[in-house]
Amino acid sequence: MDSDGTSLTRRQFGGLGAAALAAATMGVAKFGISSAHAAESGPIKIGILHSLSGTMAISETTLKDVMLMLIEAQNKKGGVLGRKLVPVVVDPASNWPLFAEKARGLLSTDKCAAVFGCWTSVSRKSVLPVFEELNGLLFYPVQYEGQECSRNVVYTGAAPNQQAIPAVDYLMKEDKVERWVLAGTDYVYPRTTNQILEAYLKLKGVAQGDIMINYTPFGHSDWQNIVAQIKQFGSAGKKTAVVSTINGDANVPFYKELGNQGIKATDIPVVAFSVGEEELAGMDTKPLVGHLAAWNYFMSVDTPENKTFIKQWHEFIKNPKRTTNDPMEAHYIGFNMWVNAVKKAGTTDTNAVIDALIGVSVPNLSGGYSTLMGNHHITKPVLIGEIQDDGQFNIVSQTPGLVVAQEWSPYVAETKDLIGDWRAPLSCGNFNVKTGKCGGASK
Amino acid sequence: MRAFLLLVLLLLPPALARAQQVEPAFAAIASQDYDAMAAGIGELATSGDPRAGAIITALQAGHLYADAAGGLYIRKAEGNFVAADSGAPAMPDEDALKRLRVNNGVRRAVAAALGGLQLFATDPATRRGAAEAVFKSRDAALLPVLDRALAKERDPAVRLAMEQARAAAILTSATAPDAEKLAAVAVIRARGDLDASALLASLPNASPAVATAAHDGVMAIQRVLQLWDMLEGVFYGLSLGSVLLLAAIGLAITFGVMGVINMAHGEMVMIGAYVTFVVQETVRQNAPGLFGVSLVIAVPLAFLCAGLVGIVVERSLIRFLYGRPLETLLATWGLSLVLQQAVRSIFGPTNREVGTPAWMSGAVPLGGLTITLNRLTIIVFAFLVFAALMALLRYTSLGLKMRAVTQNRAMAAAMGIRTPWIDALTFGLGSGVAGMAGVALSQIDNVSPNLGQGYIIDSFMVVVFGGVGNLWGTALGAILLGIVNKFLEPFAGAVLGKIAVLVLVILFIQRRPRGLFPLKGRAAEA
Repeated sequence: MDSDGTSLTRRQFGGLGAAALAAATMGVAKFGISSAHAAESGPIKIGILHSLSGTMAISETTLKDVMLMLIEAQNKKGGVLGRKLVPVVVDPASNWPLFAEKARGLLSTDKCAAVFGCWTSVSRKSVLPVFEELNGLLFYPVQYEGQECSRNVVYTGAAPNQQAIPAVDYLMKEDKVERWVLAGTDYVYPRTTNQILEAYLKLKGVAQGDIMINYTPFGHSDWQNIVAQIKQFGSAGKKTAVVSTINGDANVPFYKELGNQGIKATDIPVVAFSVGEEELAGMDTKPLVGHLAAWNYFMSVDTPENKTFIKQWHEFIKNPKRTTNDPMEAHYIGFNMWVNAVKKAGTTDTNAVIDALIGVSVPNLSGGYSTLMGNHHITKPVLIGEIQDDGQFNIVSQTPGLVVAQEWSPYVAETKDLIGDWRAPLSCGNFNVKTGKCGGASK
Repeated sequence: MRAFLLLVLLLLPPALARAQQVEPAFAAIASQDYDAMAAGIGELATSGDPRAGAIITALQAGHLYADAAGGLYIRKAEGNFVAADSGAPAMPDEDALKRLRVNNGVRRAVAAALGGLQLFATDPATRRGAAEAVFKSRDAALLPVLDRALAKERDPAVRLAMEQARAAAILTSATAPDAEKLAAVAVIRARGDLDASALLASLPNASPAVATAAHDGVMAIQRVLQLWDMLEGVFYGLSLGSVLLLAAIGLAITFGVMGVINMAHGEMVMIGAYVTFVVQETVRQNAPGLFGVSLVIAVPLAFLCAGLVGIVVERSLIRFLYGRPLETLLATWGLSLVLQQAVRSIFGPTNREVGTPAWMSGAVPLGGLTITLNRLTIIVFAFLVFAALMALLRYTSLGLKMRAVTQNRAMAAAMGIRTPWIDALTFGLGSGVAGMAGVALSQIDNVSPNLGQGYIIDSFMVVVFGGVGNLWGTALGAILLGIVNKFLEPFAGAVLGKIAVLVLVILFIQRRPRGLFPLKGRAAEA
């Protein structure tokens, strides 16, 4: 409890300390009622659903490690509600149907109080029905395309308006970009993001002829003529930029080709939404200096919280060269939110925790507090970084305040009237403000 | 350096009077506000101040530091500092110093400023680079400097670059007369590349006559570039084809010649790539001077490592499964997963960085083509490997025995050839060649445990398309598929292009089930 004392006093600045204390005392009262039907003693199981083999292991293994680190640290502080936390690690092996199967196991066999997991949108879509059916709780840590708002998912990654749109705004303002290449891997996240971006750019007066959209298969490795095409598209006399939603493995050959064909960031900057410190670690970054990435966290963020986090990570993983990245911060925030909500609710019962989660505010690593809103998304600052020759990002722009997520994009006709709010009395993930009904796209 | 700064100083006499007023520019550079920095750099560069060159070069190299009071310090290679304003050695408090970081806007300002300053450098290559930088910056304020530089310039190539830079500056200037602008359009049109077309397509303050001339210029350049595009497509196709050839040629031996459906072939390629990584790390730590040849060292080592793994796999697994294609397929697929996970456990799941030596980086312009050197090297390497393999099979005793065993096993055994031993060596050879492919692929793709997976389907496609058992067919099939793919891609997009190629190959196999060059004679019946 000692170590918690300091964080409680800090939290009082957020104005939530009193509420949390009140809820905690209420939780004790509740304990007596709900213990009749829920396992309220013994260790609390936390599911970790990240691929440890297959294509996505490259990104997801790190998230498994960071969860183990957070759980270990929490146990050193005495666990939660006086109970130890036990991680249950499963390997869905980058296989989407297996994600659903493993999720079912975590919820019905292991009775995990919360599950932290998934990376790709397709894996999230695959486990979603399982979490809704069994009333589980999933913390999803990766930036994604939005257009979803489930009661059983806490989205700690960025929605498009917390990453893509501020990045485009930055390029418009700072680099006076007038011509846009939207390049992405051919799957749901890039397609939806580009649909939103295209609508947004047109709203800003960009002509159809000044937008080029290009999709490539997963793991695409021969970028020669696509890079040549981009070069040609960029020679129309208007400042051109590439907005890249190219996924994981395909990025290394893409950037190598850019470097070899001599496209510098000062000529045609590339702003990427899926390239972080981890991806850069496998690349020679000298030809990439000046290309951009938009995230809500960079390892180079200069705050005491981040320094502590990096130190903790290096000690845990026993390798001082390992990088930290945005989804790791999302898990850090998500885990702390869950711990606070469980303390607030006084139980690990899913319904109670989901109700307690909304409004919980915890420190993020860039020096502010992130709050879980009624739409199950969190508030985040948006940072734009330029790649440096040491593989880190130089933060060139940061939103002055925190950005609230738009789970349903206002720039897409089908979803512009939808809102999600899981607080009573609305309690609805897709409420149509035009028709006043829950559960309908406006067709 | 000092001599050249002195020269700049002598050549810019009117600027001398202003040389005292650069303090605000220093403050702007130290401010860490990117817009102010860019403006400060422009001011400093045109002030003619002798300290400008050193400060801007230091900023570009990331050696310029500022303290809280706005004082600028340059960090020397030895790690000591000098004050930027006086040039005297300084001992600032290093904890309070901040390295000045730059963004793209500042980077552009630095390039333009250095371009202006280096137009008088003694080295012609530096002068030419400076002229190119000025061309890109299109800064009309640099016109007088360009005129002075042109008057002194004797080197024809540098002169041409300077004239183009001057033309670009004239075209963006608001005051230049139309006659001069028309002449400038002609100079740019003659340059004829994408940069020229970009410049002509975006002329500010152009009169109707100039605009028409510029438009004609863009059209003319585009017409010529379209022709070059065709050639470029052929080069891209050749390059993709050579990658396919490298990936498939080992399989052409294990699958084509021996008939083993080896799903773990891609993992042999991956092993080769990881050997390259290990060699590079060792070279970096022990003999950094040899970094340029690290890939050359890696080639034989990758061949040996992958070849050894291949022999072990053949002896311990595949020899029990000859003649049972289904079991072979499943067993080798399982093996590929084992190998992937083993590499993941040893090297970690994240990508490993394999550097590109200087002689393979960048591109050379060839007419309107941009030939990237890494691709060119891979094309040459692929054909060397192919030639070496053909020679081995054709002219060595081992090659003769391999051909004998694969064509008629019983007869070969009767002649005293130890067929099991030859099987193992043949499989090792195919795997070793895949390992060498891994060295080349480490230059263009991720070095990760999944590297091989991306190539296995393509490799089988090439071997089947070319004709099973025929190395010439594999080579021609790879090049053909590469070129067809690259010509389809611009029209159909990368995803549809890939599908279209697959459909074409299936249709072709329907017509000619034995591929481009089917084997004839008794061997084919076996």
